[in-house]
Formats: sequence, C-alpha cells, structure tokens
Amino acid sequence: MNSAIRRLAVAAIILMLALMANSTYLQAFRANEINGRNDNNRVRDSQFSVNRGPILIGSTPVAQSKPSNDRFKYQRTYPSGPVYAPVTGFYSYRFGRGGIELTMNSELNGSDPSMAFRRIIDVISNRPQQGGSVTLTLNAAAQQAAYKGLGSKTGAVVAIEPKTGKILAMATTPSYDPNRLASHDSAKVDAAWKSLTEDKDRPLSNRAAQELYPPGSTFKLITAAAALSSGKYTPETKVNSPAELPLPQTTVPLVNEDGKNCGGSNNATLTIALRYSCNTAYGSVGLALGPDALRDQAAKFGFGARPLAELPSVATSQFPGDPNEPQTAQSAIGQFDVRATPLQMAMVAAGIANKGEVMKPYLVQNVKTPDLKTVSETKPESLHQAVTPQVASELTAMMVDVVNNGTGKPGQISGVQVAGKTGTAQTAKDRPPFAWFTAFAPADDPKIAVAVLIEKADIARDDIAGGRLAAPIAKSVMEAVLSQ
Amino acid sequence: MSIASTSVIQIIPRTRRGVELLLLVIAIGVSVAAYVNIGITVENEIPASTGYYAAGISLLALIAHMALRFRAPYADPVILPCAVLLNGLGVAMIHRVDLGLTAIGRTKGVPFAPQQITWTAVGVVLFLAVIIVVRDHRRLQAFTYSLGLAGIVLLILPLVPGLGANVNGAPIWIRVAGMSFQPGEFAKVCLVIFFAGYLVVKRDVLTLAGRRFLGLDLPRARDLGPILVAWLVSLGVLVFESDLGSSLLFFGLFLFLLYVSTERAGWLIIGGLLFVGGAYFAYLSFGHVHRRVTDWLDPWAIDGGQVKLGLMGQAWGGILGRGLGQGHPEATLYANSDMIISSMAEELGLTGLIAIILIYTLIIERGLRTALGCRDIFGKLVATGLAMSFALQVFVIVGGVTGLIPLTGLATPFMALGGTSLVANWAIIALLLRISDQARRPQTPAAPVSDETIAMAVQKQ
Repeated sequence: MNSAIRRLAVAAIILMLALMANSTYLQAFRANEINGRNDNNRVRDSQFSVNRGPILIGSTPVAQSKPSNDRFKYQRTYPSGPVYAPVTGFYSYRFGRGGIELTMNSELNGSDPSMAFRRIIDVISNRPQQGGSVTLTLNAAAQQAAYKGLGSKTGAVVAIEPKTGKILAMATTPSYDPNRLASHDSAKVDAAWKSLTEDKDRPLSNRAAQELYPPGSTFKLITAAAALSSGKYTPETKVNSPAELPLPQTTVPLVNEDGKNCGGSNNATLTIALRYSCNTAYGSVGLALGPDALRDQAAKFGFGARPLAELPSVATSQFPGDPNEPQTAQSAIGQFDVRATPLQMAMVAAGIANKGEVMKPYLVQNVKTPDLKTVSETKPESLHQAVTPQVASELTAMMVDVVNNGTGKPGQISGVQVAGKTGTAQTAKDRPPFAWFTAFAPADDPKIAVAVLIEKADIARDDIAGGRLAAPIAKSVMEAVLSQ
Repeated sequence: MSIASTSVIQIIPRTRRGVELLLLVIAIGVSVAAYVNIGITVENEIPASTGYYAAGISLLALIAHMALRFRAPYADPVILPCAVLLNGLGVAMIHRVDLGLTAIGRTKGVPFAPQQITWTAVGVVLFLAVIIVVRDHRRLQAFTYSLGLAGIVLLILPLVPGLGANVNGAPIWIRVAGMSFQPGEFAKVCLVIFFAGYLVVKRDVLTLAGRRFLGLDLPRARDLGPILVAWLVSLGVLVFESDLGSSLLFFGLFLFLLYVSTERAGWLIIGGLLFVGGAYFAYLSFGHVHRRVTDWLDPWAIDGGQVKLGLMGQAWGGILGRGLGQGHPEATLYANSDMIISSMAEELGLTGLIAIILIYTLIIERGLRTALGCRDIFGKLVATGLAMSFALQVFVIVGGVTGLIPLTGLATPFMALGGTSLVANWAIIALLLRISDQARRPQTPAAPVSDETIAMAVQKQ
C-alpha cells in the first residue's frame, strides 16, 4: 500500500507544481498583456487616480487632467473638444481609450519604462505617480482652419510639413466631444457612447487616417509621377486624349468628366491633361505603363504600408493586386479598387513638394516628464525617395498650372504660388461623388502640403467637384500656416 | 533498570510539541502583521479590531495546541500551524475585501471578517471534540455504513424541498433557522471514512486478478460495481446540484482509495476513462458545465465574468503584488470566497500565491506521510483520503481561479469565506492529527526479551 501512497504523494506534488507553473505564466509573462486590455477596469481605476499628463500643442493643452473630488481624483478634460478629437482620442472609464490617449497611454500615466527612474524617486519620496506630457506637431491655426472649413460637411483634412513629415492639421467631420466620454457620470457616458456608435455618420471614426476612399483624379499625380519616372514621358509629351477612350475587353469606354476631349485636343500634353484632369489621357498613360509601374510608384509614396503608428487603426492605402486592362485604366485615374486615406494623399503632395522625398509622417513632437525633462523627441525620418528631384520639379510645375489655369483655380492664394490637384471620385450611382483637393504652397519653397476630402455636402450633385468644394478649405488651411 | 537493558538501542519518539508552538507563534505573527498592514494601508491607522483579531486567533490556536499536548502528544507538529496560518491569512483578506466593498458602497453583509472569526471558533470547538471524543481512529471503522449513509443523506439534503437553497447558482446549500450550510463539506469527511471502511473489507475481492489486457490486470466485471456506483453518484451530484467540483472530488477520492487499497493501476485507468466520459457527457448535456468550459477557453468573451475579473486581478498583482491593501480585490466577484486566491495573488503577487500553494502542499504531504506511517490499513486509507481531498480541492479551485482548468465552485480550504467549509476543514485536520498521533506514537513496548530467548532463536536458525 505504501508504494501506492508514495505515488499519490508524487501525483499531488505534480498537481501543485502545475498550479505554480500556470500562475507564473499568468502573473509573470501574461500580466502586461492583460493589464493593457481596454476593458481592464481595475487598471483603469488605478490610472484614474494618477495625475495623467497633458497632451499639448505648443504650450496649450488640448487634453488635461483637473482635480476632481468625486469617485476619482482627476477629471480628464478636452478644452477644444471636437476640433482635436480625431488626434487626442478620448479617455473613458467604460469604453477605454482612443487616439493619442491610447497609443501614448503609458507615457501619459507615467508608467512607461522610460520614466521608471522618476517613478522610483516618487515612490521613495512618497509622492503620487504623475504622468508625462505629450506635445503634438499640430499647428493650432491650421487645425482650427481645417475644422472650421469642413463645417457641416462630412469630410477630412490632413496637412503635413513637407520637409519633416510633421502633421500640422488632422481634422474630421462630423467629430465628437471627448469630454462626453471622459465624464465620471457613467449614465451620461453610456448615453453618449450609444448615440456616437449608432450615428450613421460615424463621428468616432477618424476619416483623415482610418477610412479609405477612392482618390479619384488626385491619383493622376501618381500616374504622372510613374510616367515621368519611366523616362518615356516629359510634361510636354502628347498622349491619346479623345472624348471617349475605348477599353480592351469591355464595351464601356473611359470618358472625360465633361464628355469632351481634352481641352480641345485629342492629343494633349501631360500638363494640359492634368490641367483639365482628363480621364482618357491618364487612362491611356496608365495602360501604356501597366499596373506594376503604377503600383510601384504608389508604394514609393506610401501605399501598401501603414503610416503613422502613433494613431490606432490607421488604414493602409491600396493599389489593386492584379487588375486587367480596363481595370488598369480605371486605376490610373484613381477609380476601380484604388483606395487611399486623406493622410496618404497629403503624403503624395508632401513628397512632390519635398523634391520627391516622402518623409515619415508623425504627430508626437516630444514626451516630457512632469518636471519638463525631455524623455523622447521625434526626429524627421525619410520614408522613400518617391521620385527624383527633377521629376518632382516637373510635377510641381504641372500642379502650379492646374491651380493657375485649370480645375484648381479655387485654391489660389494671392501673393503665394500654390501647386495642387483636384479630384472627383465617382462611387455608387446613388451616392454623391467624393470631392478631393491636394496641394502645397509656396510652390518654390513648400511650407505645407494638404489633402482635403469631402464625402458629403448639402449641395446639388452637379456642383460637387474637388475644385469648388475642397480647394477653398485647403486654401484656408495653407493660409493659416503661411501667414504665421 | 539493569545494565543489560541499556544495550538495547532505543529510538526515543519525540512529541515535537515545542516545534509546533514555535511554528504557531510564527503563523499568528504573520497573520496579525497582515491584518495590521491592511489597516495601515487602507485606513491609515492600526485597526481598532486588531486586538480582537490577534487575541481571537492566538487563543484559538493555543486551545488547539493544548488539546494536542494533552490528548495527542505525538501528532504531526507542522499541520496545525499551516492550518492556522491559512485561516489567519484568510480572515485578514476577508477583512481587506470588507474594506474594499465598503469603499465602493457595497455594504450588504459587510463586515464578513467577524463572521469568519466566529466560524473559526466553531471550527476549533469541533477540532477539540474530534481530538477528545475520537481517542482512536480505528473505532470509526465500526461506523462505516452509518457514516456512508450519513454522507449520502447530507449530499441529497439540498434537494429536499423547503430545505435546499440556491446560492450563487448552485443548489448545494441548505437553510436552517436562517443560517446556510453546505452539507457537501461534511459529506466529504463521512464518505472518506465510508470508502476506507468499505475498502478495508473488500480489498481482497477487488485485488483478485481479473483478465489481463494490454499488460494491465483488469478487475472482474462484477467487481467493477463499486466504481460504477461511485461514478453514478458523482454524476448525480453534478446533474442535480450543478456541482462540478464536488462531483470530481468524490469520484477522485474513491478512485485514489481504491488504487491505494488494491495497488492496481488498472482501476485508475478505468476510473480515468469513466471520468473523461462523464465529463464529456456533462459538457455536451448540461448548460452550466458547457458555460464553465467556454468561459475557461475564452474568459475574455464575457463582460464582467468571474474568471476574467480574477485573471485581471492576478495580472495586476504581477510578481510581487500590489501590496496588502493596495490592490482592488473587491473589483472581482466573490473576492472573499470563490476568488479569494485571486485576491491573494493580486495583493501578495505570484510570490505570495506560491507561498500559499506551498503551505497547502505541506499539509497534503504531511497527511500522506501520516498515511505512510500509520500501522493499520483503515487509518492509512482515511489519512490518504483526507490528504488527497485537500490536494484535489486545492487543485480544482486554484486551478480554476488561475485559468488552468474550468472554474468550479469549491471552497478554498481554510481561506474562503464560509462557515461550513471552515468548520469541516478543522474537523479534517483534527482527524489527520489524531491518525498521525497513532502513527508517530511509540509502539507499545513488547514484553521484555531475555538473553536466553534470543539465544534460542539464533540456534533455531
């Protein structure tokens, strides 16, 4: 009997060892993952009692914690609410976090390893944990102009400093007030969450970076870039630009927006074709280049990769995988399955503006401890040389022509040379087209590149065109930065 | 004494009561320190109830210790201090959760800690009763069938209309005179004694070689009776009382004792297969079992789920814990009962949890050591059964809380809030100590052996 009891004793020890091993796995190895969960109220409770650091633009907070004497010690507030909401995100007890509040959470609450030393000092000196501050690259004037310009329309604006990749503005409408989600009154927060998530216009979504749209004619910049880079074209090369371009394998031809040929010519130059945004011209260029050349050029501007890790769920812009010939022609003018975010199109303009070099976009300028020691400072980083400086300057000249003589006239700024491109992307028949405008200024020494998308506006369908609807917004955003 | 007698080498059995006293002082010291620590962290002062708590736990431990000194002087010296430490830490944590619940405005039933101290007193009284009344554990063998019947009756009591009470979704409680009891806790003790008594008598029949199959000595079909009955009864508990944990506990205990008494691994294999079959059947057939399993496989799916909240508490505790009074154990449902291990892991960390598991391991291994040293088969089986009941119970509840296996509603021995379980565990500890006293007691000295007898014995060889 004793041998059987001994075996049971060993079995009992194995059971206990299994418990210890499993707990070790849980508490030592999986703990971080579980603590980081959005639905972890326990961790949030403790974080709500921390003096969370502010999110700043310059020295002005756009998110800050104020002492509170209800359930929690601090109340998170957003002084300009909806204007910065797509970037700051929200900080809610029940519904987690979004935006910078989510991605920079450990820096803001002071638990980041980079602040470990400071935290140890706090513990020793019996001071409560205090979070660091995050300074954004946003430009307050540009952001305000963008939000105001969008007004009651549904759309988004992204502005980038071409030389660095700093994001100067990122606005989306309809937006939401993060204060409603940060409230300590859980019934009010529940109601706000319900109305925001059930809203058909999805105010919680950051249209500037999280949603993909057909880029329409603004994609012609990439087709033009591919053409010029191939060495077979110059801005003066004449291309096939009839009123209707018959496409192989289909009976549906490619047509120009106005149903006519390109500025009175069936053989317009690339510059003229861009000036009037001729579909047939760029469709035939796209066919001649083939889908791989277009895709490669798009990838050099950032398509196919996720930009901006500083925001959650940023969408990856796409060029279709294996289009046939009619699909390639459609893709070359930004239709078919080409999808891009306003952020991506701003990167295209910024890349052209910066002599062909696309800079990695970023939102966080620096992180500082509560006693203002810099923990980290973002340095500009090059993403790709998308086109040669020569091609970039040719494209710039073509875009200047668009603004001076073509569809981009509403983007003109007196005293400053603007380079731009309009776009009007058809979607479904029963939905209004999307209006685009992407531009940079001054053309000879760009300070700002911008992309504007209008998804929906309360005007007649025929009036929707990138030039008329989106260009004035881009203009006001550029003016806001240039007048500083 | 003559000089001749000194030539016989004598091992002097030692009672080790002094060691026990020292360990008790440490156990009480740790418990009181935990209690004071909680008070200082949460309320910024040494709690006023410290005196009550310290005096209560010291007095109870001392009474138990004195009972052993006088009535079971050779009892194992480690088991009692382990039990006192677990009980003391349990009360401290229940007090901690009381403070947490008050802080978030959930005051129903709070404070629970004084209740638990009262139940500890009842438990120690039962401990005394067992030590004093049961002079020799072998006498219990006479009550084999009555205790077996009592065990079954206790098991089905909760199903009696008017008596049964459904607490937290499992109808395993009875309510008498406004108080709730979980009769299954006592059924466990009764059934262990019944199994032991039954197997002492039947082990020869069960050991008879049956057919040899795949290198295993399988028992004869008709000898499979007892195991099938045990299997069906445990399935019954599972079906009618939705009590997964007890069902596993009863069946497991019977299987272990069957294995020890017959030393035939074939029983374990047959039993294991029956268990797997039964568990799979239960998984397919019963909603509550199915829910437990899905909750185990994906604890994150259920908003506010017990397992999920517990895992978050444990993760929040990490390796060294938040510190007593600095976590949020009250954020977990049943933080002072089912999930008390998670509360411990949150505030004492992985380090504290492993220490607690080791204390349980000590009790289990000391119990099995008692079984090894015990000179009668009945005592061996009872000690094995009681020790393994701890092992199974700790494995099932701690494994459930830490996400190793599906969570089932078993009490964490000595720690969890709940009178019945605490009192029953004190009775179990008393029985184990009683058996260990017999095991460690010196043999009744044999009649003096003369040199001539030895000489004759040598010549015969």
